[in-house]
Amino acid sequence: MANDRVVSPTPGVRRRDHAWARPLIFLALLVVLWDLIVRLFDIPPYLIPKPWDVALAFRDEGGRLMLEAIPTTIATLGGFALSVIFGVGTAMLIAGFKPVESYVYPLLVFSQSIPKVAVAPLFVVWFGFGMTPKVISAFLLGFFPVVVAGVQGFKSIDPDMRDLIRSMKASRLQTFGMLSFPHALPAIFAGFKVSVTLAVVGAVVGEFVGSNSGIGYVLQRSIGNFELPTMFACLVILALIGCVLFWLVEVVERRLVPWHASQRVDVVATP
Amino acid sequence: MQARHLRTVGAETTTAAAQEPRRRLIDVQGLVKIYRTPDGDVPSLQPLTFDIADGEFIAVVGPSGCGKSTLLKLIAGLVPATSGSIEIDGRQVVEPPDDIGIVFQTPVLMAWRSVLRNIMLPVEVRKLDRASHLARAHALIEMTGLKGFENKFPWQLSGGMQQRAALCRALVHDPRIVLMDEPFGALDALTRERMNIELQRIHFETRKTILLITHSIPEAVFLADRVVVMTERPGAIAAIYDVDLPRPRRLSTMSEPAFIEIAKAVRSHFFAQGGID
Ligand SMILES: Nc1ncnc2c1ncn2[C@@H]1O[C@H](COP(=O)(O)OP(=O)(O)OP(=O)(O)O)[C@@H](O)[C@H]1O
Ligand SMILES: [Mg+2]
Repeated sequence: MANDRVVSPTPGVRRRDHAWARPLIFLALLVVLWDLIVRLFDIPPYLIPKPWDVALAFRDEGGRLMLEAIPTTIATLGGFALSVIFGVGTAMLIAGFKPVESYVYPLLVFSQSIPKVAVAPLFVVWFGFGMTPKVISAFLLGFFPVVVAGVQGFKSIDPDMRDLIRSMKASRLQTFGMLSFPHALPAIFAGFKVSVTLAVVGAVVGEFVGSNSGIGYVLQRSIGNFELPTMFACLVILALIGCVLFWLVEVVERRLVPWHASQRVDVVATP
Repeated sequence: MQARHLRTVGAETTTAAAQEPRRRLIDVQGLVKIYRTPDGDVPSLQPLTFDIADGEFIAVVGPSGCGKSTLLKLIAGLVPATSGSIEIDGRQVVEPPDDIGIVFQTPVLMAWRSVLRNIMLPVEVRKLDRASHLARAHALIEMTGLKGFENKFPWQLSGGMQQRAALCRALVHDPRIVLMDEPFGALDALTRERMNIELQRIHFETRKTILLITHSIPEAVFLADRVVVMTERPGAIAAIYDVDLPRPRRLSTMSEPAFIEIAKAVRSHFFAQGGID
C-alpha cells in the first residue's frame, strides 16, 4: 500500500526534507512545459524566449543582475520595515480607539482603491530620483495588508478572555502586552507575509518610474530593447527575492509564535 | 491523594465559625439584567434577591440560558446591572472586586503561555509576590493532578485538564470569593467526583465563599450549603434549598435518603419546566 511507505517514524523530519524538493520538481515541470509550448507552437523569441535563452542571459548578465538586485532588495526591505512599524501601529490605534476606527479606517480602505502605479510618478516629483520614491512605493503597497491583518488580530479576542483579564484588574498596558499583542501576532504575521511580497512589487514600480538602478529599471529597459531573455531573467530574480523574504518572515514567525495552530510541531514551553 | 494545606484555618476558629451566625458577605438586592442588543432587549434576569454568607458554599442550578453565567458576571463586576444592587462586604460592586477568583465556562487559557504561566497569570497581573505564589501554584497543580504538565502548552492538554488548570488559576492568589461557572462540565464522571471531593476539602479547610454554577443536581447537593434553583429565562429564583447534610460528605452520602430527598426536590422544578439540559 502507498500508505505504508508514506508513514515513517519521524513524519516531521521527512516532511521537512520533501518540503524543498516538491516545489522544485513542479518548477522543473513548468519549465519543460514552457519549452515544449514555445517549440510546438513555434512562438517567436521576441514574444516568449526559450528557457535556454533565459539561462544564457543569466550566464552573460547574471553578475550585473545580482548587483542590480541589491538596491531593489534594500528598497523592498525599507518599505516593508515601514509597513511593519506603521501598519501595526495603525492597527493598534484602529482596534483600540473607536473614533479612530470610524474616522480613519474607511478612508484607509478608500485610499487603497487608488492605483499606486498611477501616483508613483508623483513621488519622483516630490522626492526626486533614487531610493526614497522606491521605498515609499514599496511601503504603500505593503502597508495595507499589515493593517487589515492587525485589526483582525487585535479584535478577535474571545470575550471570556477579556473578562478574565478584566477580572484581574489589568491595566491597559498589561492587557495589551499580556493579551492583545500575543493574541494578534499570528494574524499580524499572516499580514507580514502578504506585505513583504507586495513590497517587492512596490519597489519595482518605484524603479519603473524614477530610478536608474535596480531590477525594475533593468526590466523596463530590456522591454524597450526587446531583450526578452534578460527581461525574463529579471522576473526570475524578482520571484527569488520575494521567495527568500517570504521565507525569512516565516522563520521569524516560527520563532515568535511556535504555539500557534499553524506552527505546532511538538514544542515544549520553557518555564 | 495527598492533602496539601492551602491557607488552613486553625481548629479553634473552625469551631467558632461553625457556632456563631455567619456574617453576610454578598448581598444581592432586586437584581435585574436586560441585555440591550441591536435587535431588541434580551431580558436575562428577573428581580433576584438573595445573599451569601461568609464562607458559604452556594450552588446555582437552572435550565440552559436562564442567566446563570450572567449572574456570575454581575457578581464579578464584569457586566453592569440594569437595576438592583450587589454588595460585597457592604460595598457596591462597580468594578471587579479584588479578592475574587473566577472559573469561566470555557477554560480561556492563553495559547502562548505554558500551563504554569497561565496559572501564575493573576499573580503577574496583580504584581503579587512571585516566590510564595509559585509554591502555591505547584501545590494546586499537584492537587488537580496536573503534575508533569506545567511546561506544556494548553493545546497539548485534554479539555478536562485545561479546565483543571483554569481552576488552579482561579485559586492561585488565594481569593476569599471563588465564582465557578460549570467548572467540571468537561470532566469525565470519575475525575469530576474527585474534583468535587477536592473542592469540598478546599472549602472546608480555607472557608472560602464559593458560588458554583452547575448542570448536575447531585453535584450541587453534594457540595453546597444552599442550592439556588432558577427558572427559565428570564431567570428568577424558583427556590432555595438548605442542604444540612453533615460535612465532610463522602461519595456514599449520595445514596443516603436525606441526600436523595433534596436532590428529588430540586429535580422536581425541572420536570415541571421541561428538564435541565
Ligand atoms: N452579551 C450578551 N448580549 C446579549 N444577550 C446575552 C449576552 N450574554 C447572554 N445573553 C442572553 O442572556 C441569556 C442568559 O445567558 P447566560 O449565558 O447567562 O445563560 P446560562 O444560564 O449561563 O446558560 P448555560 O447554562 O447554557 O451556560 C441568554 O438568553 C442569552 O441569550
Ligand atoms: Mg452559562
